[in-house]
Amino acid sequence: MANPSIAQDTQVLPREQEETNEKRLNEILSSYQGKKEELIPILQQVQQAFGYLPEPMMKKIAKFLQLPESTVFGVGTFYAQFKLVPTGRNIVRVCRGTACHVRGSAQILGEVERQLGIKAGETTPDLEYSLETIACFGSCALAPVVVTNGKVHGRMTTPKAREILKKGAR
Amino acid sequence: MNFEEIKNQAIVQWKALQQSEKTRILIGMGTCGRAAGADDILDVLNRELAQQHIQADIVPVGCIGLCYAEPLIEVIKPGMPSVFYGNLTTELISEIIKDYLINDNPRSDLALGIRGEGTLEGIPNFFDLPVLKPQVRISLRNCGNIDPENINHYIANGGYEGLAKALRMEPQEVIDEVKKSGLRGRGGAGFPTGAKWQFCHDAPGDIKYIICNADEGDPGAFMDRALLESDPHTVLEGMLIGAYGIGASEGYIYIRAEYPLAIQRLRTAIKKMEEYGLIGDDIMGSGFRFHIKIKEGAGAFVCGEETALMASIEGSRGMPRSRPPFPAQSGLWGKPTSINNVETWGNVSAILAKGAEWYAGYGTEKSKGTKNFSLAGKIVRTGLIEVPMGITLREIVYDIGGGIPEGKRLKAVQTGGPSGGFIPERLLDLPVDYESLAQAGSIMGSGGMIVIDEDTCMVDITKFFLTFTQSESCGKCIPCRWGTKQMMDILEDIANGRGRPDDIELLQELAESVKDGSLCGLGQTAPNPVLTSIRYFRDEYEEHIVEKRCAALHCKALISYYILPDKCEGCIICARNCPVQAIEGGKRMVHVIDQDKCTKCGTCLSLCPPKFNAIAKVSGEPVDVPEKPVPVIVEV
Repeated sequence: MANPSIAQDTQVLPREQEETNEKRLNEILSSYQGKKEELIPILQQVQQAFGYLPEPMMKKIAKFLQLPESTVFGVGTFYAQFKLVPTGRNIVRVCRGTACHVRGSAQILGEVERQLGIKAGETTPDLEYSLETIACFGSCALAPVVVTNGKVHGRMTTPKAREILKKGAR
Repeated sequence: MNFEEIKNQAIVQWKALQQSEKTRILIGMGTCGRAAGADDILDVLNRELAQQHIQADIVPVGCIGLCYAEPLIEVIKPGMPSVFYGNLTTELISEIIKDYLINDNPRSDLALGIRGEGTLEGIPNFFDLPVLKPQVRISLRNCGNIDPENINHYIANGGYEGLAKALRMEPQEVIDEVKKSGLRGRGGAGFPTGAKWQFCHDAPGDIKYIICNADEGDPGAFMDRALLESDPHTVLEGMLIGAYGIGASEGYIYIRAEYPLAIQRLRTAIKKMEEYGLIGDDIMGSGFRFHIKIKEGAGAFVCGEETALMASIEGSRGMPRSRPPFPAQSGLWGKPTSINNVETWGNVSAILAKGAEWYAGYGTEKSKGTKNFSLAGKIVRTGLIEVPMGITLREIVYDIGGGIPEGKRLKAVQTGGPSGGFIPERLLDLPVDYESLAQAGSIMGSGGMIVIDEDTCMVDITKFFLTFTQSESCGKCIPCRWGTKQMMDILEDIANGRGRPDDIELLQELAESVKDGSLCGLGQTAPNPVLTSIRYFRDEYEEHIVEKRCAALHCKALISYYILPDKCEGCIICARNCPVQAIEGGKRMVHVIDQDKCTKCGTCLSLCPPKFNAIAKVSGEPVDVPEKPVPVIVEV
């Protein structure tokens, strides 16, 4: 069942938009040779361009690489980096690495979830925010760490997290 | 230009930089430095220098490892010793410019230490600081010293000497040299590197591959990121030497996409190497041919396992396969392949340049050389360290790390991340080597070292690791897929006060089965946190199961918050901020928490003014408080 409080991939695109998207995809594919080992780099590039992996594009990538659609879908769901639903304009990532955990990142995550009204892995219906957890950002010395739109905020506290969401991302 | 000419030119440049009449300011611009605010420091630095008309070169460098002191700069004023300043703010940097650069006051109150020759009153020698004195920097030798994007800096400091030497040797001699050094895999398992290369070298086939495993997935480890960001060439040089020894002409660096700066630095480095003929079809004019490709990981912890990593490079789901055949016989695309960790490669260049005997002079009988650790968690001086093998955990935690903050009690040191285990306080005199750590139930691991104090609940932290391995299990083999899930469910029950007396034995039994039955390293080591936490902290499990109590006050289901009637002044701050409106009260009324509504988020505790200190967080026995708000007791 679709949950109305989080974003879904149910967009029906207008014809023109669909055509531009297709053009962009073809542009991406034109720099590849069609070898199987290119699947992950292609998916990475498509996700970077569109924010996620739309289903019709995965089908076209399968055709391009002469792979079963299930293989493309299988790789797309295996790796944490790939998203199958649109992501928000702002991406908030809370690090859940060990160092962050022992310094209270669970509380930080709880606070961010409360502030944004979504759980980790979800996107707000207005596509304004996506909330993600990451296994480790590698900035353990500054734990706990929150990353908003690529900017790293170290030595986080719950009040500081509230402040960042108010100021920067929101 | 041949290598000799390149080297001479690099040395001339480096010397000119050292003897420059201009002030030089080195600023740590690794991910950690940036997260701590190095970008802002750099902005202020640029602006103030321009405003004050001070001529100075600003050199962005990598990580020197003192993450606790970031943002960090090193100021080299002509005619003065070089001075480090740490924990900088934009205000402090302005003061340093005014007091030290314009006037001659080096501000010993702000300085961390002096590097190199010369002394200044009141400032200690940098490398004599307790955090650095026990360290031996081999793979990290250049980190924080050179500009990682300037290949000449690396070459002027002895870079590519190891490769030049290797190319004058026979490939077998190169392998023998690495064997003699005693270097073992720094990714964690500790397989002898020379032997691994030998297998790959001896395997039949014209096409062979080498891979640098930079998929640093242990949540709590950043050694490889720091090394790649701070000195990419040392790793690349190691790869070239390995490829020459093995007979590989193509190499891959498999690096996680979460490390954008490291990826960028590698790309820059490879481009420079191409310009200098250090990569290509005729390296250093020796006829040796080698090319490197960078493959970005897409977020899967299991890809740290060799066979899963290769599947990922080939474009598939990163799922491991059973071994044999080992990658040295049949690896990437079925060809002989040697996979080594970033840090292993980083040591190889030094071994070739300075000799196996020199390297083997560090460490213990069976564990030679040094090991990098990322020291984090509840520790005063977090950072990236490189220590000789055989050093004790106590020296690392107390001498280098400065002990536990806020006078808390040390409970355990966790090594090896989700694959490792907990080492309790009483075993702190254990030497750090592969065998001793394994005997204690943990592993060396790739180098994550998390210090845990009395505020950490062992059941909770074990559950944390299991949550991680369970979600990262690729699902191919049943012991790992279901065993980790089952163990996590039991831990979940224990943490939620639903634990049963025989749960501990059940956990141990399951753990042993998962260890024995899993296909790859992920499953085989996933039970280690469970087994070591039960081995050393069984009393905490029993407390959760029998007394339904969490002494560390961590497991939400077992704790409660109360407002103490003799301390509450009725200021309403907590009631106003409670996210679930579970606090009842009014002005000058003693507030009461509705225990059924309370979600135990701790907001009230964090907001209650310290002068009242009226919130009690307890586990086990309830606290006697009024059921409804009553007027504040006025002392007479």
